[in-house]
Amino acid sequence: MRTAAAKIAQSLGLILAVIVLNFSLIHLAPGDPAVVIAGESGAASPETLAQVRADYGLDKPFVTQLGIYVGQVARGDLGESFFFGRSVTSLIADRLWPTVLLVGTALIFAIVLGVMAGTFTARRPESPASHAVTVLALIGYSMPVFWTGILLVILFASVLKILPISGMHDVEFDGGLLASWLDVARHLVLPALTLGVIYLAQYSRLSRASMLEVLQSDYIRTARAKGLAEKVVVYKHALRNAVIPVVTIAGLQFGALLSGALLVETVFNWPGLGRLAFDSILRRDTPVLLGVLLMAAVMVVVANLLTDLLYRVIDPRIRVGARRTRTKVST
Amino acid sequence: MTDVMMPDQQELVPAGRDAWRMFLRNRAAVAGLIMFFGILFMTFFGPMLYDEDPNDIVARPFLEPGTEGAPAMGTDYLGRDVLAGVINGGSTTLTVAAIAAVMIVAIGVTIGALAGFYGGTVDTVLMRFTEFFQVLPALLFAMVVVTLFEPSARTISIAIGLVLWPSLARLTRAEFLRLRNLEFVKAARAIGSTDLRIISRVIFPNALPPLIVSTTLVMGAAILFEAGLAFLGLGDPNTLSWGLMIGLNRGNFLNAWWTVTFPGLAIFITVLSFSLIGDGLQDAFNPKLRGR
Repeated sequence: MRTAAAKIAQSLGLILAVIVLNFSLIHLAPGDPAVVIAGESGAASPETLAQVRADYGLDKPFVTQLGIYVGQVARGDLGESFFFGRSVTSLIADRLWPTVLLVGTALIFAIVLGVMAGTFTARRPESPASHAVTVLALIGYSMPVFWTGILLVILFASVLKILPISGMHDVEFDGGLLASWLDVARHLVLPALTLGVIYLAQYSRLSRASMLEVLQSDYIRTARAKGLAEKVVVYKHALRNAVIPVVTIAGLQFGALLSGALLVETVFNWPGLGRLAFDSILRRDTPVLLGVLLMAAVMVVVANLLTDLLYRVIDPRIRVGARRTRTKVST
Repeated sequence: MTDVMMPDQQELVPAGRDAWRMFLRNRAAVAGLIMFFGILFMTFFGPMLYDEDPNDIVARPFLEPGTEGAPAMGTDYLGRDVLAGVINGGSTTLTVAAIAAVMIVAIGVTIGALAGFYGGTVDTVLMRFTEFFQVLPALLFAMVVVTLFEPSARTISIAIGLVLWPSLARLTRAEFLRLRNLEFVKAARAIGSTDLRIISRVIFPNALPPLIVSTTLVMGAAILFEAGLAFLGLGDPNTLSWGLMIGLNRGNFLNAWWTVTFPGLAIFITVLSFSLIGDGLQDAFNPKLRGR
């Protein structure tokens, strides 16, 4: 249990470090910090700037200011968006769910299908399917995610007119709760596919590599020697160990996945955090941008904690810190 | 001091030349190498061979390739030549990626080597530092940096360099941890080599193969990253790049597929070439893992 407490303390430390970084960036940026915080590209009124200076104590020494800032963030106050005239926290809360939905769907799609494909091909290393996994992994990794998205939009807008290509809801939608969920699900397919395909390719390759390695180990030979059915050997004995590197990499790559989601949201007009960050840049709405950065960092930290938790579920023997994989990995 | 023969190279399984020969026998890897030189050739000599300014308006907007009077890859929403853009759009991307890669290797290898070699407190502190950068959502952080500072090629390179080094640091650390207690390192210590010498001349050459592979893949990642920033309109506003071309034509691609397809293809081929080369190097350095 001590390690779990240490993990959580460490995570809180990381989040604190991100808050400090946020504040330092405001001060490192050229120009008056009050103007940076107020945003609006210097068009803020003198009263607004005075208000910001008072709120953030910008006439006090740096450390005091930092203390004030950390205190505010800790209370959930990320400042005010001058474009929307709303608190940044509430803006982010509105946009959090779509991003979590998109990233979660893409991740589950990539891991489940990837591990299935990897396991299948590991049992037939020289089959065409196995070579296809290698090729597709290379292609998937090399395609810019926003370009994949655009190509899918072109395809589905002009040839296959079966799925919506933009947004999260139909404009003229008026149905019940279930129908509205279905509506969101239909809008989710293309963005999640775009984001998931890259990782699907990588995870299938990774899980094939680790499956091949696991299948050669002694305990698998033992399992076979005592006459277990091949299905039981592969899916019950080997899979548990083979899936660990995939979980490791998925955890490490969560930040990259989030970055990808940002681009995908822009392409598909998905109303999530990435779209919000992008719009905030266009509007010079710095408080929102910094808030999204912090929120995203929190999401990565939480994802890492969940990964650790997942390790314990998959493999009770795992001593955190002693895991190491020798498989092909590109993070 | 007389130069004692250092047992530097003994860990390298297939020595350099064998690895190179193996690399050349790998068709996919050679294809990657050819693609890479093709892109380099297009970027450096293309502008001389195809003398068209990518910013000039040469014809009506949205001329589809193959129609009368259209350039080979058609024209964009202003009537600019897409082919000229593709030819001239690579230099920014490649330069930014190269500068970023130098930064990534410098930071990543230094931090990883120190952490792996010294272990203990040094390791703990450096790895916490690395973790911090791993937690930062890379693209978002780069977006913030570019927005708060000026969007120049320099800022963008630094932003990419700052966010992509952690994976290389972790790999370097793992290699140093693996190598630091081996016989030849002990031998070097026994003859009184300094730490700096052991790190740079004894362990580092033996850790090189996986680092080279990883650097190649990181180059690809840096290119994707630059393209992503440029696509969002956060690139250097004064220079053309493939990502920017896609971003600028984002509103019109439904009726003008060629404006986004060709620049995207250029990015794809460039990154693919790095992936193929990295893969080939991996197989060449470590034949045991071939085909995985």
